[in-house]
Amino acid sequence: MTFLLLQALTGLASAATLFLVAAGLTVIFGVTRVVNFSHGSLYMLGAYIGWTVLGHLPRTPWGFALGVAATAVALAVLGSLLEMTLLRRLYRAPELLQLLATFGVVLIVQDAAQAIWGTEDLPLPRPPWMRGFIVIGAERFPSYDLLLIAAGPAVLAALWLLLHRTRWGTLVRAATQDRAMLAALGVNQRLLFTSVFALGAGLAGLGGALGLPLGSANLQLDLSVITDAFVVVVVGGLGSVPGAFLASVLIGVLQAAGVALVPKATLVIVFVVMAVTLVLRPHGLLGRGGTLAREAEAPALVVPATLAARWLGLAALAVLAAAPLFAGPFAVAVLTEAMIAVLFAASLHFMMGPGGMASFGHAAWFGIGAYGAGLAATLLAWPLPLALLGAVLTAGVVAALFGWFVVRLSGVYLAMLTLAFAQIVWAVAQQWTDVTGGDNGILSVWPSGMLADPRAFYWLTLALCTGGALLLRRVLFAPAGYALRAARDSALRAEAIGLNAAHLRLAAFALAGAAAGLAGGLDAFSKGSVFPTYVSIGRSVDALLMVLLGGVQTMAGPIVGAMVYTGLYDLLLQTVALWRLVLGLAIVTLVLAFPQGIAGALRRGQA
Amino acid sequence: MSDTVLTAQDLAKSFGGVRAVRGVSFAVAAGEMLALIGPNGAGKSTCFNMLNGQLRPDGGRVLLRGQNIAGLPPRRICRLGVGRTFQITATFASMTVRENVQMALLSHHGEAWRLWRPARTQRIAEAQALLEQTGMAAQAGRAACVLAYGDLKRLELAMALAGNPSLLLMDEPTAGMAPDGRTALMALTRRLAAERGLAVLFTEHDMDIVFGVADRILVLDRGELIAQGSPAAIRADARVRAVYLGSGATSGGH
Ligand SMILES: Nc1ncnc2c1ncn2[C@@H]1O[C@H](COP(=O)(O)OP(=O)(O)OP(=O)(O)O)[C@@H](O)[C@H]1O
Ligand SMILES: [Mg+2]
Repeated sequence: MTFLLLQALTGLASAATLFLVAAGLTVIFGVTRVVNFSHGSLYMLGAYIGWTVLGHLPRTPWGFALGVAATAVALAVLGSLLEMTLLRRLYRAPELLQLLATFGVVLIVQDAAQAIWGTEDLPLPRPPWMRGFIVIGAERFPSYDLLLIAAGPAVLAALWLLLHRTRWGTLVRAATQDRAMLAALGVNQRLLFTSVFALGAGLAGLGGALGLPLGSANLQLDLSVITDAFVVVVVGGLGSVPGAFLASVLIGVLQAAGVALVPKATLVIVFVVMAVTLVLRPHGLLGRGGTLAREAEAPALVVPATLAARWLGLAALAVLAAAPLFAGPFAVAVLTEAMIAVLFAASLHFMMGPGGMASFGHAAWFGIGAYGAGLAATLLAWPLPLALLGAVLTAGVVAALFGWFVVRLSGVYLAMLTLAFAQIVWAVAQQWTDVTGGDNGILSVWPSGMLADPRAFYWLTLALCTGGALLLRRVLFAPAGYALRAARDSALRAEAIGLNAAHLRLAAFALAGAAAGLAGGLDAFSKGSVFPTYVSIGRSVDALLMVLLGGVQTMAGPIVGAMVYTGLYDLLLQTVALWRLVLGLAIVTLVLAFPQGIAGALRRGQA
Repeated sequence: MSDTVLTAQDLAKSFGGVRAVRGVSFAVAAGEMLALIGPNGAGKSTCFNMLNGQLRPDGGRVLLRGQNIAGLPPRRICRLGVGRTFQITATFASMTVRENVQMALLSHHGEAWRLWRPARTQRIAEAQALLEQTGMAAQAGRAACVLAYGDLKRLELAMALAGNPSLLLMDEPTAGMAPDGRTALMALTRRLAAERGLAVLFTEHDMDIVFGVADRILVLDRGELIAQGSPAAIRADARVRAVYLGSGATSGGH
């Protein structure tokens, strides 16, 4: 009993920092409608800056309080700068591009933090006053954790007062509920948005500094925190501060209880909570629907490829097939990678373009396929064809199961849920060491026999990947693909002519998952190994970039995008040390230059 | 009425505190043109939404040839022979006009899940025939997203007819059209009703059209049915006159 109580208290303590991050994220979203992916990076910066600041201050309670406050202010300033230089230009851009641009910021901050603070974890030595504890039953409970537990409700109360008792708060609430009204009031929106961003960033910094004594400042904080914060914000309801509080307590306690009772299933519990909430209350515990809706981008007319384009494609295919005869081993390896990327991107495009479901966690299926194939080949000693089939089926079936929750959502909710799911798959890959080997991965997943020759394997990859991409394309032009597009264009009309939009989307989701699984399986055999990075957010973003680069609106887009992206990426990796920084800057620049998407820009160029 | 297609019994729907529809009952027979009129916000679209399954009624029944369909999803009701056009048009913007109709035909024939043959090569003749009927043949190859509003209404009609319905629900079918177009479209609907024995329930703000083509008229005010009867009877009804004079929405000519 005591044990459970202690776990619950520990859960509440971690819920407090989580709430601080999530509250900032949700307020920012409510007012600006931007899902700020870099919010976790602000938290991480809070931890790092807090570490530096606190190191220079007296190790007393007042010194600590001062340092934490200074960190929060520093982050508020950084946040305003970020808003004024970048986010301000993105308010009218499609959600996905906002997510992408802010992910670019994540990359930049990662390299910057590494350059400044190094790669070592930086724990904060606890001063004597912080080592106090109270005794519960026969166990000790740190009094600092009690302080944190109190911090959550205190901040909630302060935010409530701020939002309900000040003119500024009234404006923030007006903006969250009805933007048209805000415009009509003639409010200085720029100032409001910047100040909201400063508040959110300050809260993230506060969380980062306060959470420091529980762990350390490290380079993994950003993505782990943002995933949890997304879950909290989605469960609580986008834009709702009390919702974020409820959800963070719920998830913090469940996580702590999970760690104690079923350590392996903790992440699954979090996911189940989120899934159940979204099924029962699609807008989260305290969220409202409707008011948060945005105008969808007008879809373009889809036309089949011209004869010339088909001949061009055929010629390209012929060159690709002949490549191993004149190109060296390195080129063959890059081409193999490019072919896998083509199928990966085509599968994402399938669900995100015609299916209208923009996933931010497409790596989940790639990774499940890779692990499926890798485990089948090593543990079960299956031959390659069988292992690949296993990869396709596993990814497809898991996607169908998960898709059941997803297909009823749209927009940001869908992007966040897919991202959270991918993060869970990633965590399972990393933590279930008995099976997945954790960070050491699965090794020696080599193809045998004839396929051991990289050229033969390349031909197999070429056949399967272009074949797979062409099959997806075929489906898109067949009645089922039209029906899918119909459900995206107008769910209302689709249902009124007898189509089952949810089933169509589910089938598309499963098919895209299976195709991505094939790509992942092939990649496992091509590299000879599988690591958790196969499921990383970075991998999901790769797929998104390929699709966006090529253009969502055309069916050939993902194929071109994948080839171009793979080439550029390999070049970048080999030539630049701070490649994350460069990639991040490139993403941000790209989004700023084409806020309506590259395809949109091209179309306008033609018109 | 011998050949009743649809009967609504005591339909009710509230949104929060707003009682949008309260206790509405009526019936439509095959071949009949029934108009549902009333000032803005009277609850006309809400009635339509309950009939085709868009909304679940809070109370009451919807009988389609005797079968209670209240609460079924729209796709099931469509399959039972109810076609519908929307007040705010809903078509597939990424497809051409003909593809829109083809899609409706494919769905109607249970072919929407086929995976191989290109959709644009299927059911062309049928789609073209429907487009001819609704006066849209000349625009068959255009993208639906560039059509004028009146043409979108016509396209919606063609899509609704593709399901070979026995009941057609038309929510303001002529909004956004020029006067000639309005008369032509309603004349077409009238003819279809007669030829196919189609029951038509429509809303319309243009009173010339309502009194010109409707066999019977229902008048809704603040969620309540205040009158129903022949055009002549409705014209003479004191309550109806009060509602319309009160809201200032009377159209000229009567
Ligand atoms: N989804 C909804 N949520 C809340 N209120 C609604 C909703 N739909 C309709 N209403 C309200 O119900 C009432 C009836 O609306 P309805 O759209 O049925 O009227 P209508 O007769 O079709 O009007 P119009 O002639 O303007 O089309 C109105 O007061 C409207 O504001
Ligand atoms: Mg209406």
